[in-house]
Amino acid sequence: MKKFMTAAVAMAMAMSLVACGGSDKETASASTSNTDSKEGATFVIGNSGPLTGGAAVYGNAVKNGIQLAVDEINAAGGINGYPVKFVCEDDEADAEKAVNAYNTLKDQGMQVMVGTTTSGACLAVCAETANDNMFQITPSGTAVKITEPENVFRMCFSDPEQGTKAAQYISENKIAQKVGVIYDSSDPYSAGVYENFAATCKEYSLEIVAAEAFTSENKTDFKTQLQKMKDSGAELVLLPFYYTEASLVLKQAKEMNFAPIFFGCDGMDGILDLPDFDKSVAEGLYLLTPFSAESTEEPTASFVKNYQEKYNDIPIQFAAGAYDSVYVVKAAMEKAGVKPDMSVSEICDAMKAVMTEIQVDGVTGKGVTFTKEGEPNKQPMAVVVENGAYKLK
Amino acid sequence: MASFFSYLINGISLGSIYAIIALGYTMVYGIAKMLNFAHGDIIMVGGFTVFIACSQMGLPPMVGVLLSVVVCTLLGVTIERIAYKPLRGASPLSVLITAIGVSYFLQNAALIIFGADTKSFRSVINIPPVSFMNGQVNISGETMVTIAACIVIMITLTLFINKTKAGQAMLAVSEDKGAATLMGINVNKTIAVTFAIGSALAAIAGVLLCSAYPVLSSTTGAMPGIKAFVAAVFGGIGSIPGAMIGGILLGVIENFAKAYISSQLSDAIVFGVLILVLLIKPTGIMGKVIQEKV
Amino acid sequence: MKKMSKKNKTNLITYGMVLVFYLIMQGLMMSGHMSSLMKGLMVPLCYYMILAVSLNIVVGASGELSLGHAGFMCIGAFTGAIFAVTGGKNLPPMLEIVIAIILGALVAAVFGFLIGIPVLRLKGDYLAIVTLAFGEIIKNVVSAVFVGLDSAGFHFSLKDSMSLNLLEGGEVIINGPQGITGLPRNATFTIGIILVFIALFISLNLLNSRHGRAIMAIRDNRIAAESIGLSVSKYKMMAFVISAALAGAAGVLYSHNLSTIQATSKNFGYNQSIMILVFVVLGGIGNIRGSLIAAVVLTILPEKLRFLSDYRMLIYAIVLIAIMLLNSAPKAVQWRSQMLDRLHAKKKVKEISKNE
Repeated sequence: MKKFMTAAVAMAMAMSLVACGGSDKETASASTSNTDSKEGATFVIGNSGPLTGGAAVYGNAVKNGIQLAVDEINAAGGINGYPVKFVCEDDEADAEKAVNAYNTLKDQGMQVMVGTTTSGACLAVCAETANDNMFQITPSGTAVKITEPENVFRMCFSDPEQGTKAAQYISENKIAQKVGVIYDSSDPYSAGVYENFAATCKEYSLEIVAAEAFTSENKTDFKTQLQKMKDSGAELVLLPFYYTEASLVLKQAKEMNFAPIFFGCDGMDGILDLPDFDKSVAEGLYLLTPFSAESTEEPTASFVKNYQEKYNDIPIQFAAGAYDSVYVVKAAMEKAGVKPDMSVSEICDAMKAVMTEIQVDGVTGKGVTFTKEGEPNKQPMAVVVENGAYKLK
Repeated sequence: MASFFSYLINGISLGSIYAIIALGYTMVYGIAKMLNFAHGDIIMVGGFTVFIACSQMGLPPMVGVLLSVVVCTLLGVTIERIAYKPLRGASPLSVLITAIGVSYFLQNAALIIFGADTKSFRSVINIPPVSFMNGQVNISGETMVTIAACIVIMITLTLFINKTKAGQAMLAVSEDKGAATLMGINVNKTIAVTFAIGSALAAIAGVLLCSAYPVLSSTTGAMPGIKAFVAAVFGGIGSIPGAMIGGILLGVIENFAKAYISSQLSDAIVFGVLILVLLIKPTGIMGKVIQEKV
Repeated sequence: MKKMSKKNKTNLITYGMVLVFYLIMQGLMMSGHMSSLMKGLMVPLCYYMILAVSLNIVVGASGELSLGHAGFMCIGAFTGAIFAVTGGKNLPPMLEIVIAIILGALVAAVFGFLIGIPVLRLKGDYLAIVTLAFGEIIKNVVSAVFVGLDSAGFHFSLKDSMSLNLLEGGEVIINGPQGITGLPRNATFTIGIILVFIALFISLNLLNSRHGRAIMAIRDNRIAAESIGLSVSKYKMMAFVISAALAGAAGVLYSHNLSTIQATSKNFGYNQSIMILVFVVLGGIGNIRGSLIAAVVLTILPEKLRFLSDYRMLIYAIVLIAIMLLNSAPKAVQWRSQMLDRLHAKKKVKEISKNE
């Protein structure tokens, strides 16, 4: 019986190996046809993000945002006259899987990476792109070290940027003195913002009276953390994490009759669009975000409209950042005059050289420029929730 | 002092949900001798059923809850029939891996059907909160209903097992399958009934869980499922009062650990306490010691 | 004598299989016939094979269900990674990874021993849940710990990196949940395969030795084994510690294959432990060769199912259930042996007719 099993599995293995060989040839031929014939030449943009699992909503938002931008660009004649192809793979927000996804994308002929969606996975992938010298821009990876390699840029604010800007804003507008923080210690993004916020608090004469963490395994019950905030006398509670957990924090705070000022970062955007969300608990919530779906300004308004038409969903800032990232890639490619038949490394070198020269009017910021270090220059907007709607401050 | 009571009440409330889930675990384990790792995901299905029924179709909450119980019961029995029954008599490990496969299946099916975005769940409980100590301690309607449901379920189950024929059959099967068959008990039917009851409890736990913490996604049931498993072992797996005590203790310990030691390490502390209990009493708090036969 | 040679033969087949696998893969890689995905998967295949083999020592030979194997992998991975960014920083890559593997295996073995003391007092499902608990504790603590290094030595904190109070020029090594970044990627397929061979050598020798037979005797009948004077706890502990050490070595390989590690529930939590257990059960409990093959197939399968996009993990789950049913359901087993009997019978009839 064991022999039977072993034989069966060995067969399966042999078949999978054959399959590898086969698919390998396919991709090889695909990439040659891609570069050889001028007519069929396309730029291939790749992304990986969590399309399954707990963080899938962010991965899908990024995927949709990129797809929308790519479709628009193709409809308008492509980049440098060449159409753009978009390939996307699931990385389950895990470093190991992200490297597998990256390699799969490479097999599909990816020339430029717009990704990855999450910080942890991005840290692993940026080492790979640096190795291959592939141009990479992450729409939403906030960890500082992501942009350490020269070929990696970032569309969103980094952790220190968010932490510092939050401290600065709270202090300059005299919103509060005593501050409490609840953060997700299992999430590099949330922990990173907290650390940098705490580090800059002294500078802005804010006092952190309580800092409590939660983990991804325990992200439904915040009453204990809130009770501690309440006992510490915090006037403001910083919530540097995503809106799904934040919606629970707000609801539970209301149940406890605890009403400090709540302050969120860019992950908070989207909270009012949660279906069936009781908007009254979010009243008075501040958030610093580069993007607001309520904005009536262009190009944001038409982006939101097109996104809604296409996906029947209101875009969150992940989608917005992804959408902008594609236009940044387009701007850099046009400035550098790259062509699809150039090698990945040549494209990267050409784009890297012009990244500090381009300026992009995106939905997450007007006139965004980039530093040599790979960080974007843009200003976050402070938004406050009033009468169940975002209001610009 | 007020904070202490708040922590305690939150702990009991959370623990009551763990307890209801743990009851399902423990019954299935006691009778089928298998760890049903898919139990947590049935909770998620229960939550989604109510979500669809009440939030999407606008049915009254009670109808939604009943519907969810029916759906989960059918689902539980179907899973048992398709995935577990053929494996009766196979190694327990094969059953365990199959259960894990079922768990992956349910999670990913839900992801495809309902999408990746987290749903906001509208609570089915409309009882105003009660305040104590000048409003410093608040007990929400969900908490009261959860605790009450937990007590009612435990009493009903105990009566069911001790007073009805089906309940007695369950006891017999859990003691000795072979002897039970000889006594004319239909073992397959008894196991199916156990799965039905366990899954119905999971549905109720799902509704309570989603009402107390109103978000819903395909992985909603995973962590409470594991915690409830721990609770069942804690109390002595196979024992109904044990599951109850284990669940509530676990909830309280978890909350106190968060409050007084470290919110990051609360899971490590909960698991640490579990290990300690098992070292002192290797079959859990209420577990029976079964003498090994040569 | 005859029986011994048969055992040696099956062992040789196992070694040969790994060698052939290595040569084919290396050949494909050299000649440029391998996709980037497969190239990237070579080292992961190695560590998953080692993990499967090592868990099979505990689950297969000693018959204990362990649900916390990823915890030992986690310890090995972080030990190796800490060495890589401190002491091993300026060493040549080959030397660095060898030392890291030895260190990782040793530290994991020590933890295996410490955890083994309480765990092995328990039985059956209780043992399983305690191993799960230890695995989660390890992951939970590692993801909450901050470690820094400055001229005054190591600093630890459970709060945040600021409370490490590092001196000027100090460096944060483990940044809590953000883990360790900037790791050298010194793991290669060849090193991985050598490690697989070592793991195979250790486990096969253990199983075929006097100790191994004692371990299996305890699994089959503890009371009988005790009555002939076998020290149950000693042999169980031996299996547990060796298994932990090998998992630690696999962890080092893991951390030397990525430029960053974080202790998340995905990579070092119970999900990963269960994944490894699936390799063992699917490959046949106690069947080392089977675990190797299952590890390879089940690591490649989800990657090869990518074209199914959203349905990938759903199909994977269905395949898993189907294989378990076909492989272990008593009825399926019966049907299979019937078919085999019929096949043999046919062969015999043919032979007889030929002879006539």
